[in-house]
Amino acid sequence: MSIEGKVALVTGASRGIGRATAYALGKMGAIVVGTATSESGAQNITEGLAEQGYQGKGYVLNVTSQESVDSVVKAITEEFGAPLIVVNNAGITQDNLLMRMKEDEWDSVIDTNLKSVYRVAKATMRGMTKARWGRIVNISSVVATMGNMGQSNYAAAKAGMEGFTRAMAREVASRNITVNAVAPGFIATDMTHALPEEQHKALLTQIPLARLGQPEEIANAVAFLASEGASYITGETLQVNGGMNMR
Amino acid sequence: MSTIEERVKKIVSEQLGVKEEEITNASSFVDDLGADSLDTVELVMALEEEFETEIPDEEAEKITTVQEAIDYVVSHQ
Repeated sequence: MSIEGKVALVTGASRGIGRATAYALGKMGAIVVGTATSESGAQNITEGLAEQGYQGKGYVLNVTSQESVDSVVKAITEEFGAPLIVVNNAGITQDNLLMRMKEDEWDSVIDTNLKSVYRVAKATMRGMTKARWGRIVNISSVVATMGNMGQSNYAAAKAGMEGFTRAMAREVASRNITVNAVAPGFIATDMTHALPEEQHKALLTQIPLARLGQPEEIANAVAFLASEGASYITGETLQVNGGMNMR
Repeated sequence: MSTIEERVKKIVSEQLGVKEEEITNASSFVDDLGADSLDTVELVMALEEEFETEIPDEEAEKITTVQEAIDYVVSHQ
């Protein structure tokens, strides 16, 4: 069973890892629905997919609203069919040292990065159980296992996501649905571009491959976990980080 | 038009993968028809779709047999 013609939902697909993932799944023949928080972002996704010659389009989605998630999943299902591949990629950072971290910085990161996974997975699960086939890939972070200064909220959200991945993998395994995570290291995206120069340099010394990863290098791992070739892998977190977190 | 009983049994049959003739009104989903916890959740969702109703969790927990499902649907028509 190839993923050709299957509907793939990728949240946060207007740039970075999300966009690269949307294209990787499109290349494999999936109908790709990418989401963005703004109308212009959704439009960019639609145009980008068309330029690449892939099927699908962009939607506006607010992952912090169950109502938005439910209505978008319903709209996708009516237009293309139930999404059987879901990539929970949408995420934000609100870095601060714990002693200075405001409650809303904590809450917004947990809500956008972790609770969103609950919302999207719950909304799409029925379609997958009915189809007796499904793939969920959650985009975690190397920070989930290594920790990182100033990112207690982000690390907590990503570690939570990995626990969620394992629990859900057990729940739905009997329906031939796999649930996995990919934990990127430091990837050249807008998110890491925001890091200060010294931190950037210090980072490279920690990476055996001595460079940042490219979004496509994460997308390849996600595409593999979404493929039929990964049918016996579930509850796993695949580390893609240039060797910075060997265990 | 099928009766509620027939529609319920058809859903149970499809959802749990058992033949309709093996299903009686007294059949317990878990004890007689081999349903696991996920099956029962899916079964309730399938009933909700078929009968266009919403079954609250506390009500859903009480639906453990075919007859209880029929009764619920009849009383919430």
